[in-house]
Amino acid sequence: MQSLLANPRLSRFDPLERILCYDDFDAGLNGWTGLIGNYENSLDSMLPDYRDLRPPMLSNLTMWDTGTAGSMEGIYALKLATRPQAGGLSVGIKRHTFRALGQVQLECYFAFKPEASELKLGEMDVRAWGVFFDVQDGQAQGRRWMPHLRYLNAEGGKHRGRWQTKPATRSVQPIGASGKTVSHFHLGAEGWEDVPGEPQLLCYNEIATKMNWHYLRVGLDLKKRAFTGFQCNDHTFGPEGLHCIQLPAMANLWCMLNAAFWVEADLDKRAFLYIDSVLLSGEFAR
Amino acid sequence: MNMPPSHTAVVERDQCWEGDFATEPYEVGWSREAIFFVRILRAEAADAPLNVELQVQLSPDGIHWCDEGSSVNFVVQPQRLDEPFFVRVAHYGGWLRLAGRIPQGRAWALVHLALKA
Repeated sequence: MQSLLANPRLSRFDPLERILCYDDFDAGLNGWTGLIGNYENSLDSMLPDYRDLRPPMLSNLTMWDTGTAGSMEGIYALKLATRPQAGGLSVGIKRHTFRALGQVQLECYFAFKPEASELKLGEMDVRAWGVFFDVQDGQAQGRRWMPHLRYLNAEGGKHRGRWQTKPATRSVQPIGASGKTVSHFHLGAEGWEDVPGEPQLLCYNEIATKMNWHYLRVGLDLKKRAFTGFQCNDHTFGPEGLHCIQLPAMANLWCMLNAAFWVEADLDKRAFLYIDSVLLSGEFAR
Repeated sequence: MNMPPSHTAVVERDQCWEGDFATEPYEVGWSREAIFFVRILRAEAADAPLNVELQVQLSPDGIHWCDEGSSVNFVVQPQRLDEPFFVRVAHYGGWLRLAGRIPQGRAWALVHLALKA
């Protein structure tokens, strides 16, 4: 840990004993890509909610009024941008597998804002952003489980400031005619449950072109298939009251460990999520 | 050996184009050269040929847009839908998009933006 403290890029993180990946987006997207629903033969076979999830890009945080800010560490950040449509989603996902049922932790520095297309405060224009994982055990009798955590910033013009988890996904649907492909949409607006505790107020900072970076840490226990808790800036939560989607294991997802970020618009205005850097660490024996 | 970063973004996928339209803004400030590839997945036309007119646009801020001067215009050939069309650009600043027009009919498009530093 002392060597981490001597590294100015890593000393702001509190990783578990092994670092699985550290992406700061100054040299590319590092495996973070767009999410698409499953399909067979035609894109039209995809579930409609999956058809237009907007892809990630690299941003230097250039604003119309103040120019380029750069990221928290360096120049570029991962940026997710929705369409200018209420309910529009943008998702960036990175796909791994795991080698032991240990603890895993994701840390990141993030900022979220609406597009500065109006000279207005806009603090309730982003509906939500979040991080989810998609994990499946390595044995045939195992389970697939999907911890989802989101910050519900505002809804219908009302500030919420609530952390939420999702205990259930929509029903699994067959895709195509082969009998091998299924799909289920798990980012729907329904079914989110408030994390116990008070709302957390984050630093919006007055106008849409000022970005303040925030810290998030989310822990998982792959053996228990559960959150171990999370921290955002000076607030810590859980693990009580943090729920995960669970499904029967699927045919070709063994030892899957995917992590994803997403952002959702509340108005017909683009919503942006910026990730300066993300670090995934774990506790795995050598 | 330092390899130059490159990235291909799917900026539209199965998106319906009809009348006037524009692709979503994409940040490209890290790159020096770009190619938009456009492939029509399916089309609906009345009796007239289905013309697609596309202009490359630049932006200082991702909000306000102007024509770059490059364009790609084509007539959709139903028997050759697998063939992509393209337009190359360089020296473009921080954002790129395509602004387009289909005067008659509509088409569903797949747009790749291939970037290289």
